[in-house]
Amino acid sequence: MNDSKKYNQLPTLLVSHLKEILREPGVLFWGILFPILMSLALGIAFTRKQDTLRKVAVLKGESNSNVREILKTYADSTGEDSYQLTIRNEKMGNTFMRFYMMEPDEAMVALKRGLVNVIVAENEGEIEYRFDPMNPDAQLNYLKLSKYFGKGENVVIENTANISPMTLRGTRYIDFLIPGLLAMGVMMSTMWGISYGIIEKRSKKLLRRMVATPMSKSSFLVSFMTIRMMMNFVEALLLVLFAWLVFHISIQGSIPALLTIFIAGNIGFSGLAFFISSRTTKTEIGNGLINVVVMPMMILSGIFFSYHNFPEGMIPFIRQLPLTLVADGMRSIFIEGAGFQQIMLPSVILFAGGIIFFTAGLKMFRWY
Amino acid sequence: MLPLIRVIDVHKSFKNVHAVNGLSFRVKEGEFLALLGPNGAGKTTMVEMIEGIQHPDKGEIIIDGKKWGSDDDKIHHIIGLSLQETRFVDKLNVRETLALFASFYGLGRRRVDEVIEIIGLEEKRKSWVVNLSGGQRQRLALGIALLNQPKILLLDEPTTGLDPTARREVWNILVSLKKNSGTALILTTHYMEEAEQLCDYIIILDHGTILKEGTIGQLLQDEKDKNIVEFTLKNGGITDTNKLKGFPFPVKWDMASGKGSIELRNLGREIPEFINQLNSRNLQLNSFISRRISLDDLFITLTGRHLHE
Repeated sequence: MNDSKKYNQLPTLLVSHLKEILREPGVLFWGILFPILMSLALGIAFTRKQDTLRKVAVLKGESNSNVREILKTYADSTGEDSYQLTIRNEKMGNTFMRFYMMEPDEAMVALKRGLVNVIVAENEGEIEYRFDPMNPDAQLNYLKLSKYFGKGENVVIENTANISPMTLRGTRYIDFLIPGLLAMGVMMSTMWGISYGIIEKRSKKLLRRMVATPMSKSSFLVSFMTIRMMMNFVEALLLVLFAWLVFHISIQGSIPALLTIFIAGNIGFSGLAFFISSRTTKTEIGNGLINVVVMPMMILSGIFFSYHNFPEGMIPFIRQLPLTLVADGMRSIFIEGAGFQQIMLPSVILFAGGIIFFTAGLKMFRWY
Repeated sequence: MLPLIRVIDVHKSFKNVHAVNGLSFRVKEGEFLALLGPNGAGKTTMVEMIEGIQHPDKGEIIIDGKKWGSDDDKIHHIIGLSLQETRFVDKLNVRETLALFASFYGLGRRRVDEVIEIIGLEEKRKSWVVNLSGGQRQRLALGIALLNQPKILLLDEPTTGLDPTARREVWNILVSLKKNSGTALILTTHYMEEAEQLCDYIIILDHGTILKEGTIGQLLQDEKDKNIVEFTLKNGGITDTNKLKGFPFPVKWDMASGKGSIELRNLGREIPEFINQLNSRNLQLNSFISRRISLDDLFITLTGRHLHE
């Protein structure tokens, strides 16, 4: 056959994978638009000072005269059995405390439904606060309330003199969030893109058909991972660009170091994804497996909120999770100005982990 | 001439099933062989062992003098195959799909265009796989199998689930392939018509063993003067089987369709007798068809079951 224009295996595989991904409209949404929308929503929610409304139940009864007296004196009546106390604060946003006078049964229902999280009762002149001590929001309410009601006299309406809001770049919530979202994007896209892609091809018997040709298996796998990394790069770039334009975030550390941890993360998660998808023939089982790996990291790795709130004993473990390694590495570069030195160890761990999982996956890989 | 494929006493078992039980056969260059049998007969397992996807527990498979395990790459280059129910990437078009597979063989555009012409998908070359009909997808699968101009073509139920027109389109491609190349074909099917129309040699399989084999002529040799007469009776068939007591022709009744059938060897003498016997029992014919015995009838004779049961 004298065919002048021959197809080369690797480039053809790369182009095919790319077309396959780009022709799926969902990819555009979940890969690119969704992280941007999430950063927008969370960024706005946590950066704008806004008014907060706190709701409290006050038990009706003969004896709670102190509380009622205070409310009558200082709060505005907003209805038959409700009062509102307004605490103005230019820097932090206003707080409205709304008090509902309720019967004990009514108050319990309201508490269970989450309408209120503190119940104020009065017992022979002593004020009693009933709330779940494990609920941080209820705790905060209690602290505020106890300050106002105290022994039933002083009500401090305004005291903001020594509050200084952190609006300096690098210390805002959005600065914490964006590197986390980038890391999460790498994990999600890689795990779903690679695992699901391979399992789907296996369940369609396409893998089986492909290896019945002289196709090079390594080209096939390399093309899968290369295209995924490329897509992840574009997704990350767009998110950073967006965050830069809208929230003026900046990368304070080394950009080559950022690229290094990004690539290491891609390799780590690719290996993991490949391992997970090495034997399963059913996409449903694949879904489950991916979730088992992804969900704990989503919760533990401090993407949205710092993992330092977890019990002390868990922290060393959390720190070694792949998603934590990537997120912490990126965060240190974005907001702490870190360079190669700080991300070298996590990068090596991610890289080596990826290779180990990849090799193990390849050993047990089911092409048929 | 050495046979291209030699299958020698091959066995394969799965958990509870002896899927292939000591099969042996050969296929020469240019020969078309059908493995005919119902679902679960062991056809797919046998073909997948030739394709190298499964491995025999016992026995040997020699493909153009080569064996799986030592000459895999060489064998991949000389075989072409289509599996049962492969689904290609939904959102690649016909041309892109063929180009992808062509790249595995180091082939180029010209061959892809040739194949598109062979499988008659010129107008669909830019259609995504997801938008193709069942028949078009099957022709695409066949096209992929033909890309490397294989010496040996292995097709696993290439027309299952297709309507008669689409099935005929696949057959036409294979018929012209037979005319124009020395490709050997092994085809599995449960359509006897497909085996009859396309193949030189037919192996009838059931439960992993050969029930009967030969050319279509040889298979029907013993039965060649047998005719099947299918009939229905007026007033919706027969409800009172007593009426057929002592009937000289053994009738098989298909209760679902209300059809009866008898086997006759001498039509001229036996048909008037058959009608007389019906009349004497006050039974009237509604319809009546006489035809030559087919492979399906042969299969029923051999196993008591229909091929596509």
